[in-house]
Amino acid sequence: MSTSPAIQITGLTKSYGDLPVLRGVDLDVTAGSILALLGSNGAGKTTLVKILSTLLRADGGTATVQGFDVASQPAQVRESISLTGQFTAVDEVLTGRENLALIARLRHLPRPGAIADQLLARFSLTDAAGRRVATYSGGMRRRIDIAMSLIGNPPVVFLDEPTTGLDPQARNEVWDAVRELADTGTTVLLTTQHLEEAEQLADRIAILHEGRIIANGSLAELKRLLPPAKVEYVEKQPTLEEVFLSIVGDPARATATATATAGARQDRNPDDTAATVGADE
Amino acid sequence: MIKRTIGDTAALSGRSLQHVLRSPDTIITTAITPIAMLLLFVYVFGGAIDSGDENYVNYLLPGILLITVASGIAYTAFRLFTDVSGGIFERFQSMPIARPAVLWSHVLTSLVANFVSLVLVVAVALLMGFRTGAGLPAWLGVLAIMLLFTLAMTWLAVIPGLTAKSVDGVSGFSYPLIFLPFVSSAFVPTDNMPAPVQWFAENQPVTPIVNTVRSLFAQEPVGSDLWVALGWCVGLLLVAYALAMRTYRRRLA
Repeated sequence: MSTSPAIQITGLTKSYGDLPVLRGVDLDVTAGSILALLGSNGAGKTTLVKILSTLLRADGGTATVQGFDVASQPAQVRESISLTGQFTAVDEVLTGRENLALIARLRHLPRPGAIADQLLARFSLTDAAGRRVATYSGGMRRRIDIAMSLIGNPPVVFLDEPTTGLDPQARNEVWDAVRELADTGTTVLLTTQHLEEAEQLADRIAILHEGRIIANGSLAELKRLLPPAKVEYVEKQPTLEEVFLSIVGDPARATATATATAGARQDRNPDDTAATVGADE
Repeated sequence: MIKRTIGDTAALSGRSLQHVLRSPDTIITTAITPIAMLLLFVYVFGGAIDSGDENYVNYLLPGILLITVASGIAYTAFRLFTDVSGGIFERFQSMPIARPAVLWSHVLTSLVANFVSLVLVVAVALLMGFRTGAGLPAWLGVLAIMLLFTLAMTWLAVIPGLTAKSVDGVSGFSYPLIFLPFVSSAFVPTDNMPAPVQWFAENQPVTPIVNTVRSLFAQEPVGSDLWVALGWCVGLLLVAYALAMRTYRRRLA
């Protein structure tokens, strides 16, 4: 793995009119790692992702992706990235297979049909391949959305709140897809409001608060910022999520999630998570 | 680079044409309003209108064709708006796609969809007694001027497609364009209009375009109307294109 960071951000600023959104963001993302960018609504996560994916121009500072400057070499940056936005960006009128084949054509790859079939199989969408995406469930839509982002194996993938609005099963499927990506050496920058998502997926976690990165480190490093853990005895009740998953028949997942979430119990309410972390700082 | 632009535009136009093919109602509703006007004016008001042409369908058709385009481009704006508000526009923008391809694919689709609507309207007019002795060159002339007009109107439609905040805003912009032919030589000769109205009617783009198409169908010399019509179409095209591209670039700021 290359030692230079896949994403390098220095002093990035951006305002909408008089409203400063990014006030000097500094952040490096190591090649082949998953970085979770945490922040509450309006913290500037989406703005940052849009600048990195050449959809917006920054007011100041620099950002490079795979060594290419987002402002002066946008074409090279676009060759290196893919973006899965906050809202699924799929063509509702086309079928799942047509959506994938279109993106493969637009990435100038040979045999777009074969690429589409391969991804449909990988994301368990083969049965729905010939149906219009308008008829898909939320989870299927997100899966086809992410599948579209993987076409051409871009070395850097941006996922902007990829699991917002998904049910637990669909969310688990997305998490699996993200882990698979990281296993193939792809650099992933993931934004989320859910601490649990960051714990589950990320190698490093950065917290964006009021336009600045106020904390950045591995989970263990971030935990060290707080006073040492006290031992308390708490009766362990199954969460509703575990109950839901075991009733609808996904037992392996239910146990895995149960183990994983045991440590993060205090962060149940997603809206409060970032605020809590901010306050703890 | 040119090869890539053509390839990307072709791929995206294919997608956009699929949208039209899968909702053929957009072509039919585009054609229905002008066809209804054609029926209304020929069979209801036509008897009371003295157009100086014994066949009122012949007189009326050119103006109806312009109305067809004006209502057709509302769908162009709508399709673009759907892409922009749905996020797929941003996906395309973040991909290594030739920059002009995203907008040009919508523009080409608009030309094709409007052409089909125009053919439908002409077919209905033929059933209603529209007759012309125009030969191939005259028909090609009509086609060329209609394509140029559609191109100019399409680039105009790109602006609300990129900027509208709601579906209502997108479809609303074309109403004034549909209304414009009423104050022109499209339905009645301008001679009997009160002076200020007549001045407006004779100096707005619809009248010279309608007169040119009418002369081509009637195999009469087009005279200066042709140059005024071309001037309007090219002028509108340049202004609309410049404004649309400025709107497009501003999205990045």
